[in-house]
Amino acid sequence: MNDEDSAHLLNLVRELRDEQGVTSIIISHKLNEIAEIADNVTIIRDGATVGEMFITPETPLDQDELIRKMVGRSLTNLYPDHESNKPGDEYLRIEDWTVHHPLDQSRVIVDHANIAARSGEIVGLAGLMGAGRTELAMSIFGKSYGSHISGKVFVKGKEVSLPNVQAAIDAGLAYATEDRKVYGLNLLQNIRENASMASLEKMSVHGVMNDNIERKEVEEYRKDFHIKCNSIDVNVGTLSGGNQQKVVLAKWVISDPDILILDEPTRGIDVGAKYEIYEIINKLADEGKAIIVISSELPELIGICDRIYTVSQGVVTDNVAKNGFTQEYLMKGMTKEKEVVAR
Amino acid sequence: MSTANATPVKKNKNTGVLETLANNSKQYGIVGALVVIVLVFEFLTKGVLLKPNSFVSLIQQNAYVIILAIGMVMVIIATHIDLSVGSIVAFVGGICAILMERQGVNWMLAILISLVVGLIIGCWQGFWVAYVGIPGFITTLAGMLIFRGLATVIVGESVPITSPQFRGIARNYLPNILGWWGPFDGLTIVVGIICIALFAWSQLRRRAKVAKAGLSPEPMAITVTKIVVAALLIGFVTYLLALSGNADQGGIPIMLVILAVLVLIYNFILTKTVFGRHVYAVGGNRKAAILSGINTKRVDFTLFVHMGFLSAVAAICVLSRLSSATAQAGMEFEMDAIASCFIGGTAVTGGIGTIPGAVVGALVMGVINQGLSIMGVDTAVVKTIKGLVLLGAVAVDILTKRKKG
Repeated sequence: MNDEDSAHLLNLVRELRDEQGVTSIIISHKLNEIAEIADNVTIIRDGATVGEMFITPETPLDQDELIRKMVGRSLTNLYPDHESNKPGDEYLRIEDWTVHHPLDQSRVIVDHANIAARSGEIVGLAGLMGAGRTELAMSIFGKSYGSHISGKVFVKGKEVSLPNVQAAIDAGLAYATEDRKVYGLNLLQNIRENASMASLEKMSVHGVMNDNIERKEVEEYRKDFHIKCNSIDVNVGTLSGGNQQKVVLAKWVISDPDILILDEPTRGIDVGAKYEIYEIINKLADEGKAIIVISSELPELIGICDRIYTVSQGVVTDNVAKNGFTQEYLMKGMTKEKEVVAR
Repeated sequence: MSTANATPVKKNKNTGVLETLANNSKQYGIVGALVVIVLVFEFLTKGVLLKPNSFVSLIQQNAYVIILAIGMVMVIIATHIDLSVGSIVAFVGGICAILMERQGVNWMLAILISLVVGLIIGCWQGFWVAYVGIPGFITTLAGMLIFRGLATVIVGESVPITSPQFRGIARNYLPNILGWWGPFDGLTIVVGIICIALFAWSQLRRRAKVAKAGLSPEPMAITVTKIVVAALLIGFVTYLLALSGNADQGGIPIMLVILAVLVLIYNFILTKTVFGRHVYAVGGNRKAAILSGINTKRVDFTLFVHMGFLSAVAAICVLSRLSSATAQAGMEFEMDAIASCFIGGTAVTGGIGTIPGAVVGALVMGVINQGLSIMGVDTAVVKTIKGLVLLGAVAVDILTKRKKG
């Protein structure tokens, strides 16, 4: 939900309280919302209540204290310190990319988009819900969305055709989906089987799996990403949201991509795990990968990106440099109406 | 249990006996149920069930269930189903018989052609399911009708098989190359001992691998018990087989060799190959599989090709056993195969299942078939009982899952 809709919802909740005496219980990770709406906060960590905070006009929410209780330790920043890398070669360029709705072919979902991402860069795609960012990403990633797709894709300067997902992976792209439980993970399998799913050819000889290579690779990222589990043979369904997301990231990093598109990488994850994900993203950028982050949380994009494209109604409206990173300015680009062009 | 420490919790050296039993209760439960059912029927048939020749007959008459279950379990894991296998058995059996008896084709060539026909049928059904997008249920329901009709057309009344070699597939044994050791076939005893040794070695090796990876292996008590129980079971089967047969030949039936080869190959495919991983991935979450680069259409197609092939193998075994092709062959074989899969622990919603599980499920069905047959129970009652067993097995599976979760 974007900020405008969120504000509406909170107002409704307030009305219910004031006019009808209805008590609402809101479960949220969004600290600014909690600060705004809550009278009384209960903090739960690992299934147990760890604290309670009361909010009155005289005692507003102490966000640091809240975070400390949520995470169990102090977090000085929400976003890790990271100096932007000097961008390298252009790894991905999309030119004039146009995608129509899969069922209603007259509807344009992505409208002549132009986007580029360079080695070492973390590029954001900001937009309201329905702006077409996920559709843009999925249509690039092996034509997994849309019909009547036109435009050009260049990987490392060479024009490529990506007619299916395997072609996209072979070209060096990786796409971590929006909803990890529906599109990203097989909840019936364990960490190891999920993490290797996009790289099975690499870990096999003539179609026969090499268990040792698989185990070694997955263990490496289990340690690297601090995936909390007893072993890589535990079922991913038992992991917390943050750890599940780390498994998804591990799957894509193991496939050895040059370009990573991360769609809502910290959705449904607590503050501590978010920070760890940001650290992983920074590390990947430092290693020279081009990262594109799609997110509905403007503060998040402002906190971690080097550049942000704003998308509105399928059109890429602006390419904003770091010095232009304010919510107000980005909102302009995200809400820009389509010009009716007389043809 | 543990309080929040700064240092990580120390891992136990061994997981407990009860914990291991609980975690693997499904697999142990199914094998245990099989043992119980065998004992029950051994008692009810007053010992006839486990007489050597009766035991061999159990294998030869129910081999088709195991063969079809191997293919069916893979299809079901990938969230499809195949209702046409019984009709394919009749059709391919008819083709094989006609080739041999009316076209004078050599029996080995007839078998080869029949297997190819099975592959082609698999491609046909796979094409409609994978590339046109017709659900497997509908496509194979159509196949059930199509191939039953074609079988009736080509077979007519019946086509008896005259080739002794072909008839021998379902009747003969491996040659007694090690001679008779008293009343026992020497080769059988040797093979039995080798099987026990291989099982023990594989269990110990797996335990060592787990320990080496730094994880806690199952307690030695459980491993030893598994080996002892397996030794007893394999030993008992070896004993029965070694005594089986008649004056000319005995020991290991050729059918058992065919079954063993198929089970080993397909278990390897499903557990150790990229294709096997694809099957589980497609079954567990098709959308995630597609977005991970897996060609799910090709996986679906291949699964039906395998099923077609295995149906043809089953057709040949059944044809050999009955010594005659009829249009009514294979009636309700798909039900036996599907029931075997679910009794053996395959999940109804897909993504979960194993070849060993399906084999044990098929054995449960086979023992029930054979036991009730020896007791002279009416076939209608047998059907009712099998239906109740299937319902009961899946109900137990679902209820135990619900209790755990």
